[in-house]
Amino acid sequence: MIKKILDKIRPNFEEGGKLKNFHSVFEGFESFLLVSNRTSSVGVSIHDAIDSKRIMSFVVIALLPALLFGMYNIGYQNYHAAGVEAGFWAMFFYGFLALLPKILVSYIVGLGIEFIVAQWKHEEIQEGYLVTGLLIPMIVPVSCPLWMLALAVAFSVILAKEIYGGTGMNIFNPALVARAFLFFAYPSAMTGDSIWVSQNAICGLGCDLPDAFTMATPLSLVGAGQEITMPVQDMITGLMPGSVGETSVIAIAIGAVILLWTRIASWRTMLSVFVGGAVVGWLFNISGMDSAAAQVPWYEHLILGGFCFGAVFMATDPVTSARTETGKFYYGFLIGALTISIRVLNPGYPEGMMLAILFMNMFAPLIDYCVVQRNISRRVRRSHKA
Amino acid sequence: MEQLYKIKKGLDLNLEGKAQPNLKVIGIAGEYAVLPEDYHGITPRLCTKEGEHVKVGTPLLVDKATERVHIIAPVSGVVMKIVRGERRKLEQIRILADKEQEFEDFGSVDVAKVTATEAVDYLLKSGLFAFMRQRPYDVIASPEIKPEAIYISLFSKMPLAADFSVVCKGREDDFKAGIRLLSKIAPVNIGICPEQECEDYLANVEAKVYGFTGPNPSGNVGVQINHICPINKGDVVWTLQAEIAILIGQLARTGRVNLTRRLAVAGSRIQSPQYVETPVGTAMQTLLAGLLYGDAAHTRIINGNPLVGRKSGLDDFVGAFSAEVCAIPEGDDVHEVLGWIAPRLKDFSVSRSYFSWIFGKKKEYDLDCRIKGGQRHMIMSAEYEKVFPMDIYPSYLVKAIITGDIDKQEELGIYEVAPEDFAVAEFIDSSKLELQRIVREGLDILRKENA
Repeated sequence: MIKKILDKIRPNFEEGGKLKNFHSVFEGFESFLLVSNRTSSVGVSIHDAIDSKRIMSFVVIALLPALLFGMYNIGYQNYHAAGVEAGFWAMFFYGFLALLPKILVSYIVGLGIEFIVAQWKHEEIQEGYLVTGLLIPMIVPVSCPLWMLALAVAFSVILAKEIYGGTGMNIFNPALVARAFLFFAYPSAMTGDSIWVSQNAICGLGCDLPDAFTMATPLSLVGAGQEITMPVQDMITGLMPGSVGETSVIAIAIGAVILLWTRIASWRTMLSVFVGGAVVGWLFNISGMDSAAAQVPWYEHLILGGFCFGAVFMATDPVTSARTETGKFYYGFLIGALTISIRVLNPGYPEGMMLAILFMNMFAPLIDYCVVQRNISRRVRRSHKA
Repeated sequence: MEQLYKIKKGLDLNLEGKAQPNLKVIGIAGEYAVLPEDYHGITPRLCTKEGEHVKVGTPLLVDKATERVHIIAPVSGVVMKIVRGERRKLEQIRILADKEQEFEDFGSVDVAKVTATEAVDYLLKSGLFAFMRQRPYDVIASPEIKPEAIYISLFSKMPLAADFSVVCKGREDDFKAGIRLLSKIAPVNIGICPEQECEDYLANVEAKVYGFTGPNPSGNVGVQINHICPINKGDVVWTLQAEIAILIGQLARTGRVNLTRRLAVAGSRIQSPQYVETPVGTAMQTLLAGLLYGDAAHTRIINGNPLVGRKSGLDDFVGAFSAEVCAIPEGDDVHEVLGWIAPRLKDFSVSRSYFSWIFGKKKEYDLDCRIKGGQRHMIMSAEYEKVFPMDIYPSYLVKAIITGDIDKQEELGIYEVAPEDFAVAEFIDSSKLELQRIVREGLDILRKENA
């Protein structure tokens, strides 16, 4: 039946049809609804059922627990700050309504650009943005204005992805580039203590908070040289302020299990990020430095801020991470190590994950170069010996 | 056995319709064709014309570059038609077979006494030389260059592949004579898998025998070379299909070339999959008569196996290097809704986002030829590396080929590979790149540059 409808409207989008400028959009939706029955003409006759649509949709599925918990936490933080008792669903729907516009803006702007580029280059639409588009709203504070978000999305999709040639060719993780853009262009909207809790009532849900209301994240407390006031169990369940998706270790762990089980994310990268963070965190613990950040126990470093979220969903992006299996260990370890170093040594940036991953994105090709070069020199040596 | 290599990387595919070890012999009748394109790397010059009568072994084509490599007629009969394609490219030489087959006589030789030069000349004269391939470049070997070694793999773990024990049955002495002759040219190395029942044809064989366990492509001769003695820049080795050694032995013992092969005719669209003995160049119509079932319009016929074979049709002919002919569903009539998220229980995938891992290795799959996804840039990392059992980084090599960086290709080991080594990687590739085509074109360009 779907095929009949598609066949009926297809002529409109073909060369000469009145909607031919939306050709790529039509094809995108067609391949979304109906698996193309194009068969192979050269090379292997049979193919594995996996494709990039499947991979990207599983990453989205893996993100859902963190996303849903993030929605609930937005509501929880708002009601909690106002001191009002509310039920689970009220909190959840409040968060849902607070986050929905951001997700919509992110997808509409990002996919819009992807559609235009695909149409212009006569290519198929690439699925990579399905993941990026959901990641971006999850790694910004809840109070980030929509226009800023739209600007950041456009910036990252065009300058971090499309000019390199699209998904698979980019050097930096587009979602992190969007966040970095906001971080440096609008620092007041990305740091400080007043941005982590949604301040206004939406559609009758939630409470209006006083203008001067502030609520610090644990890392900004540390950055300011104070003690963390939240108990460890809140850090694990995630009922604390922070970027939307990053707070709950449990929700992120569910996503991690999905990604590792389906082998979409590399266990090598993920594990070595945690190892790198733990080792450096522990070194600072025993170093005797008396700054507050250095004295945060190493295990708390791993569950605070964006560490888990970055390790599970960002560092493991196959395109921007190291592409050799050996390289992934170095890549991951350095991300973990750098994150903690930035947190401890640079009080200006209480959260180090974003910068550490972007920095290592840049060095991933160098790591791979060294790994591949070992293979090359082995081959050269072999031919000299012979 | 000299040594046993345990190969870990790779993937065995279990497809429906494996050939059972029954042998059917079909008589010679009707049209046969020689397809010059099978002999990759040769620039053919025609040395016959329409209407001429040829015997089995009469040269039809000769290689322009060396004037020594002959491509011969597989049957005796009258050259009916010479089919040319675009820019007068030779596509087919069709022969209508005689009722009584006549053979060119090349004279038998004593395989124990021939010298290397005599052996090469003998193979050239008889036309069997055109079945020798060389690495680097995976092209028909050049008689001008003496190879360091000759490699033969006696098994294939490709899906639906022919089993050499069946192919060789009753021809063990021919096989050994063939190996003996080849060993006069260069040392022969044979790869076997330990499960093979090979006492008959490996007893007292004039070659070093190496064992290989592990999944496909452990039976690829390229993988075996990479483990036994990897090719360096400047080295040349020859490879040939195991069955060709039998044909060489037959020639040496009888003085006649007999281009009759035992093909595995297999696949889910074949009724009673089995082995068929027939000359190279048999029409698919003749070969598959009464064997196909299901909707013929939506059946794919493959010259070879589903991973390294060439897409073919009923109007085509059996290729010179095909050890199998397979028929599987084409899949162009399947309309699958929301396949990217559906469970797809009948499909096979190495990814755990599907459920093939539940069903284990025993389940046989009936896969169709749909690509099941759009072509993308390489997104997932180290995907090819998981099924590429050589000391090579295939994804980096493929990238170097795509970007045309010849120095990098050399450094990354392009001289060691053939397109078929990338077949499993192409199967599992989530970005659906045509790896075998990319590698083939890369090798051809490199060969031209280095010439």
